[in-house]
Amino acid sequence: MSGEPWDGRIVIVGASLAGLRAAETLRDEGFTGPLTLVGEEPEPPYDRPPLSKQVLLGKARAEEIGLPRRRKVDARWKLGVRADGIDPVEKRVLLADGELLPFDRLLIATGTRARPWPNPAEARLDGVLTLRTSEDAARLVERLDAGPRRVLVIGAGFTGSEIASACRERGLEVTVVERGPAPLVGALGGALGAFAATVQRAHGVDLRCGVTVTSLTGRDGRFTGAEFSDGSRMDADVAVVALGAVRNTEWLAGSGLAAGPRGLACDAGCRAFTMYGIVTDDVFVAGDVARFPHPLFEYQMLALEHWGNAVAQAEVAARNMVTTGPRRRPHLTVPVFWSSQFGLNIKSVGVPTFSDQVVIAQGSLRERRLVAVYGYRGRITAAVTVNQAKWLEHYQFLIETAAPFPPTTGAANGIAPAAPVPSDVPDPQLLSHGPTVALTGHLPDRRLTLVPPGPVPSAIPRP
Amino acid sequence: MPPDTLRERITDYANRADPYPLYAELHENGVTRQNDGSYLVGTYHEIAALLHDPRISSDSRHRTDPETVPRIRREGQSMAFIGLDDPEHDRLRRITMRPFGPPHTPHRIDALRADITRICDELLDGLRDKDRIDIVEEFAYPLPVTVICRLLGVPQADVPRIHAWANDIIASLDVTPGRIGEHQLNAGVEAREAMAEYLGDLSDRRRTAPSDDMLSALVHDSGPDGPLTRSELMANATLLLIAGHETTVNLITNGTLTFLRHPDAYRQLRDEPELMPRAVEELLRYEPPVHLLPQRTPVTDVEVCDVTIPQGAPLILVLAAGNRDPLRFDHPDRFDPAREDNQHLGFGSGIHSCFGAPLARVETQIALNALLPHLEHFQLAEDPPPYRRSPILRGPRHLPITRTSGT
Repeated sequence: MSGEPWDGRIVIVGASLAGLRAAETLRDEGFTGPLTLVGEEPEPPYDRPPLSKQVLLGKARAEEIGLPRRRKVDARWKLGVRADGIDPVEKRVLLADGELLPFDRLLIATGTRARPWPNPAEARLDGVLTLRTSEDAARLVERLDAGPRRVLVIGAGFTGSEIASACRERGLEVTVVERGPAPLVGALGGALGAFAATVQRAHGVDLRCGVTVTSLTGRDGRFTGAEFSDGSRMDADVAVVALGAVRNTEWLAGSGLAAGPRGLACDAGCRAFTMYGIVTDDVFVAGDVARFPHPLFEYQMLALEHWGNAVAQAEVAARNMVTTGPRRRPHLTVPVFWSSQFGLNIKSVGVPTFSDQVVIAQGSLRERRLVAVYGYRGRITAAVTVNQAKWLEHYQFLIETAAPFPPTTGAANGIAPAAPVPSDVPDPQLLSHGPTVALTGHLPDRRLTLVPPGPVPSAIPRP
Repeated sequence: MPPDTLRERITDYANRADPYPLYAELHENGVTRQNDGSYLVGTYHEIAALLHDPRISSDSRHRTDPETVPRIRREGQSMAFIGLDDPEHDRLRRITMRPFGPPHTPHRIDALRADITRICDELLDGLRDKDRIDIVEEFAYPLPVTVICRLLGVPQADVPRIHAWANDIIASLDVTPGRIGEHQLNAGVEAREAMAEYLGDLSDRRRTAPSDDMLSALVHDSGPDGPLTRSELMANATLLLIAGHETTVNLITNGTLTFLRHPDAYRQLRDEPELMPRAVEELLRYEPPVHLLPQRTPVTDVEVCDVTIPQGAPLILVLAAGNRDPLRFDHPDRFDPAREDNQHLGFGSGIHSCFGAPLARVETQIALNALLPHLEHFQLAEDPPPYRRSPILRGPRHLPITRTSGT
């Protein structure tokens, strides 16, 4: 074939980090055709990590965190409009405003949304919030500025823990309720979970683990407090529901694609699977909504809610959208994420939940400076650093080369590593609110039970 | 030529002007054991991996043969963090970083921009009518020295003393200890002691009469790790003063030399100064100020490229060779000021990555942008220029340029 880039119409559904970086990469790759980005939020693409950090601390305003642009993308932006479905036969995206957007190739980057409080009436109480969008963050900041007597954070994953950290830094009383045995346990396992619990309590967080919130109470439509599964109750002025994310796949229900609660399955080249497990060649996926097979983790489908993954996967997807055959690339990057909370810089490489053992290879829990290395059946699969981020690359190399676990002793820091202990990660088969890395099995779509003989189903009634 | 003599040949002053063919030999030979028992690594990915490897020590006390380490201080004195491992390295570097950069002092470097620009302009004003200029003596050296002294709080009047000490210290830092005389080694140790004593006295004065400089901030800091002891402060402030002296001068001089050798790049950067940040990154790859790191030692046997580097052996990482590794960089011997994906080793990498890198970047960007318009009618008086002795901190001793006739 010639070196000419592929030509046609491209639609990107999802105008956040992955959508923007994909659009920029398409133009970098020489794509000159019509390009449309559809985004449900009215704002141009912005950066989400600061929403639970600098924005809550008043160091940045929620409106000021627009993503830097790498280049001009010369695209049509349909912002503030949600996509309602796909007609895979006519190759059109149906928008909520009635427009039908024809495409030759489609990128799905619809990401996730905050999991809402399950009781809708309680969720509507004034003072019950979630945190996912800049609008959410602006609302939460307003509440924190008002000086609530107590903030209740439901869920001690990364978002919940960062919110609690910001509250303490602002001098606010905060109660964190976590149904698991410790904060961050869903993502980092038992040893670092226990460490996170110690840190939170040392910073004055009223942390309650192994407890769930049974109801949110209110008076005159205002949130006033909560009741817990251990029979206790407490008063609070603000509740932040931090129960993890829900993947935005419902709009794909009739599309025939392998979309479900775990995400939309794709191959290593970011091409979406149909619900029959057949790979498409015109629908691509990137970012938080994607599930993709990873060779380092036994080709299980991985779902990652990571900033870095959204960028890397969008770049691969975009490149593969406008190239063919052997010029296509696989998305193979090792997962990396970070969090800052309670004065700690936490970074992770690999998949800590893909482990059976963990060892503190450098530093110590007591110093709050350490490298925890995770192993699975004798090889290194992940590492988490606390205030030791510069060591991360070494462990990434060990993960990529399937180096033996536990890692070689004789580290230059002179501290002999402790013996490995069980990593105590939750069963990955369970959908948990905790992890931002989820192992989701090998099947493109585990709901598949029936092979309908009729035509490919469509969300859009054809005239 | 046999690969086990590469270290000798790289150290040989005759190859100072163009060590790059030797570095190409390093690329071909992977990890090479030298006839003196040391190991040279010059390929990008291996250097990057070793710079991040916790089994590799920067503390020379891990050497099996202590004679392979240049003697730089007397017993009992504190060590600077560059020669220590975690957690001690981490503690000292963390405390020293507090008054220098983010998160505690995010504006220190940025606040120096106006000063740096003014110093550049003053230096260049003095050169306006000259037909022959030594870029090293008249621009590339005075600028970083003035800036690092101002940053730390050394009064301008004392700069010549600092200069003399720094010269003696650098002269004693040869990669092969046998090559320099006992006299030179002792002069280096004495100069380092004198500089440390000077900085200790200066910091004592800042204790009672604080100023807005870094020494004042260091002696008055009350972070979670406590302040540095007087001895620690002397060792680490000496490190900053030497490093601030002897590296950026090379970067600015190498930059000037490179632009005069590449007229197209010169014209482009002169006309589009906003491209300078990326061009400086390319300079850090193409002609880095620090060519090799001679102080590493494995604390256990480490296998690299099928070669086992034994515990305690001298391990020398040739950063400048890694920067020219064809397996990492396309057309590595081409100077491309707009190069993308340029994660060079010019500042090292890992826990010892250059402490002063943000300052070096800002200084060099401002300096070259100020200098380039003045070079319009100048050419190199000698090519190659005369180089300094050191194969580690490699750069021209002088860079004479002359006004072209016809202007």
